[in-house]
Amino acid sequence: MMSGGAGHGAAGPTGDDVRSDLRVEIELADKGGVRIELESKVASLYGDSIRDTAQAVLAALGVEHARVAIDDKGGLPFTIAARVEAAARRAGAKGKGDARPERMVARQGPTKRDRLRRSRLYLPGNQPKLMINAGLHHPDGIILDLEDSVHPDEKDTARLIVRNALRSVDFAGAERMVRINQLPLGFEDLKAIVPEGPDLILIPKVEEAGQVEEVDERIRGVRAKDGDGHPIWLMPILESALGIENAFAVARAAETVVALTIGLEDYTADLGVVKTKEGDESLYARTRLVNAARGAGIQAIDSVYGDVGDTEGLTAWARRSRALGFEGMGCIHPRQIQPIHDAFAPSSEEIEKALRIVSAFDEAQAAGLGVVRLGTKMIDPPVVLRAQRLVKNARRMGLIAEEES
Amino acid sequence: MSRRGSGTDFVVNAVGRRVPTAVNKQEQVPFAGVGGYEPKGKKRAPPIRSCRDYPADGDKRVSDLKTALKKCGLRDGMTISTHHHLRNGDAVALMALNTAAELGVRDLMWFPSASFPCHAPVIDLMERRVVHHIEGSMNGPLGEYCSHGKMRGMGVLRSHGGRWQAIQDGEVPIDIAVIAAPAADPFGNADGSHGPSACGSLGFALADSIYADHVIVVTDNLVPFPCIPWQIQGNNVDYVVEVDSIGDPAKIVSGTTEITKSPDRLMIAEYVARFLRDTGIMREGFSFQAGAGGIALAFVQFLKETMKEAGVKARFVRGGSTQYLVDLLREGLTDYILDGQTFDLAAVESIASDPRHIATSPFTSYNYHGKGNFASMVDAVVLGATEVDVKFNANVNTHSDGVLLHGIGGWQNCLFAGCTVLALPSFRDRIPVLVDEVTTVTGPGELIDVVVTERGVAINPRRTDLLESVKSSDLPIRPIEELKEEVERIMGGPPAEAQLTDRPVAVIKWVDGTVLDTVWQVETGGA
Repeated sequence: MMSGGAGHGAAGPTGDDVRSDLRVEIELADKGGVRIELESKVASLYGDSIRDTAQAVLAALGVEHARVAIDDKGGLPFTIAARVEAAARRAGAKGKGDARPERMVARQGPTKRDRLRRSRLYLPGNQPKLMINAGLHHPDGIILDLEDSVHPDEKDTARLIVRNALRSVDFAGAERMVRINQLPLGFEDLKAIVPEGPDLILIPKVEEAGQVEEVDERIRGVRAKDGDGHPIWLMPILESALGIENAFAVARAAETVVALTIGLEDYTADLGVVKTKEGDESLYARTRLVNAARGAGIQAIDSVYGDVGDTEGLTAWARRSRALGFEGMGCIHPRQIQPIHDAFAPSSEEIEKALRIVSAFDEAQAAGLGVVRLGTKMIDPPVVLRAQRLVKNARRMGLIAEEES
Repeated sequence: MSRRGSGTDFVVNAVGRRVPTAVNKQEQVPFAGVGGYEPKGKKRAPPIRSCRDYPADGDKRVSDLKTALKKCGLRDGMTISTHHHLRNGDAVALMALNTAAELGVRDLMWFPSASFPCHAPVIDLMERRVVHHIEGSMNGPLGEYCSHGKMRGMGVLRSHGGRWQAIQDGEVPIDIAVIAAPAADPFGNADGSHGPSACGSLGFALADSIYADHVIVVTDNLVPFPCIPWQIQGNNVDYVVEVDSIGDPAKIVSGTTEITKSPDRLMIAEYVARFLRDTGIMREGFSFQAGAGGIALAFVQFLKETMKEAGVKARFVRGGSTQYLVDLLREGLTDYILDGQTFDLAAVESIASDPRHIATSPFTSYNYHGKGNFASMVDAVVLGATEVDVKFNANVNTHSDGVLLHGIGGWQNCLFAGCTVLALPSFRDRIPVLVDEVTTVTGPGELIDVVVTERGVAINPRRTDLLESVKSSDLPIRPIEELKEEVERIMGGPPAEAQLTDRPVAVIKWVDGTVLDTVWQVETGGA
């Protein structure tokens, strides 16, 4: 991607199918000021705005003289700022000024430790156009991915896109997650991302508790000088046999770990087996992970279902997941969100039964009775507990109207 | 470059747009509001013809198009009409105009029912002064050519219904109509649903066949009399010309029509279906029209599921027909398809074989001078647009930079449906679709009831009944101003105004023949 020698840098995609994005090439110079050549499909609407954005970023990076060529296909300001910054840095701009775009979305308070995490939508970190409307599909979480979906040569620019997106894109209440790269590259990601206050960091390919402790420590370090004080949750991804064996220790590695999840592509590769739609080959790993998570009092979240066109297969997988004890799974396409929410929702029969058990329990409590009865049947305490959890979840999913509660 | 436009007088019309009082030396009536203009007088009639002047054996074939045009008395300054039922596969329009060029005539007015990218070579004919100007849709390169002020006359854009109106009330007298026919007999009876170049309905050519001074049928599939069924009556036809090919079948109809895969657009389509359900518009015996755009097709799929769940079926649906409408018909979810245009193979097959799939014309569907038309009898129509403003005015003709890039089609006529829904993304890349004021008014806001975007559904405040009917719906109903502001925030501010000159290059006609808006020459690239 990078071309030319010293003083030259380029960033952003090229080609006819580029949309909501841009290509920037920068040649640093000794004199002549900043000269911008702009080719844009929205030049008549936003030409001045594009130039202003580029000028501001270059000024922040201390670039006084440069030739800048922008080939824009309708990139939004946060994308323009990231591509210009990436190109300038690749050209060798060393300025330490703040080149971040103006914050457009308010900082939000911490998400709840045990909030609903049925669906989390993966968004490749180097594809800003997929981020813009992602929140409208109402996943419980979005993941801005810096790891596997980003080419190794594009890690720097993806990091800037993700950083800017956290400041600029309204994800409509979805939990804002970032998947960092494997350590130690992931530490670089944390430096750029953590000050923007994502809600949760996914740590890939975790095998030892120590990796999680280190990430937690780094986050606290960055938060101390450049944060708003509230915690950033962690979701370690176990993607190997060793990771699975250490699941419980990983789950308890830090107070901020709120969920464990599994990466099945890497896990099955590690075992040397084929990944199937039924998932028998990973049954042990997944049930082990569920047990470790529950043992540590955190959520167990399943992997993704890779065939976007197969909604039936997705639903079947998600139902099995729920039956195994998972509370959610990943999505790689917005159309997967609703089927997953449906599959992880308790059925109306389940809800009705749970409500009857809970009300029987409440009545028994009120009457000072130690034994809960439903009709002629005696209800054991664990059954009550399970019913209470189900009712709580159903309420959060909006499946029980207020008057029934 | 001609500066004929510079001396033009202008008036401000009922939607507040500055429009010329004369176009191509013809006096104009400015738009006076919906239903505000009452045309008077008699309809135009073609010259009297008598059967004694035509072969008694019904064989009107001549050797080639050149001969036919000569026999029609082709000369400088005439109006030649062609039709777009062969869409981007059409070879006949260029064949007719190129033949006219070979005959050495100049300054023709080309009067297509619509143009497609395949008609870009007409630019060369305009440069060579064979064609003076175009009255009809101008897409892609033709639109650019016109927008940059290179056409000698002013462009006139009309809806399908408005074209019929302009022919009937004599605003556009057609000298020679050249009709491409996928099947025809030597008498001139012609049909569109059979033959190697089958396209479905020939409705767009019907008015021309009745009102033009001369009518030529061009076919690559001559059948012995009678051509059954006939959509064009041979009794109106002067000459029949047989050619090797009238077009490229692969571009006339698509093998399959693709539904959008964009999750945002699918969401818009789903919202529209839910809107029709929640408002009660979707009920037993209702009717709707949806085009062949990606969102419209997806809407049909979602509506189909919604209809099945509710156990209701439609009395009729209106095409542009595709496989998705044909599926509704075959599954018993509608009694009829009333079809204006036939887009894919499945639909062409259906119209040729299923008596419940009927070819209609702009006369039955859209014509302003009819004693009523189907468009206003449809319960709901789902359309697109390039821009919509906070007054619900919409634009389908120009892009936000002012360049003319699309025709009107049946869009304006469809606005008369019981509920007009515009289904569109709130922005495209960094081009806002929801704006303060549209670049060009193609449809006045008083006829646009609902705007459905991925960020929410805006209902025109005039439609208090619709607002009332969605009170318990869980759709994101939001004021259009709020949606527009949200889009502006995402775009990083409002867009700069288009850079336009004061020279008109085309006008947008309303369905009654009045002038709704003006297309101005763009500032850049005018050389």
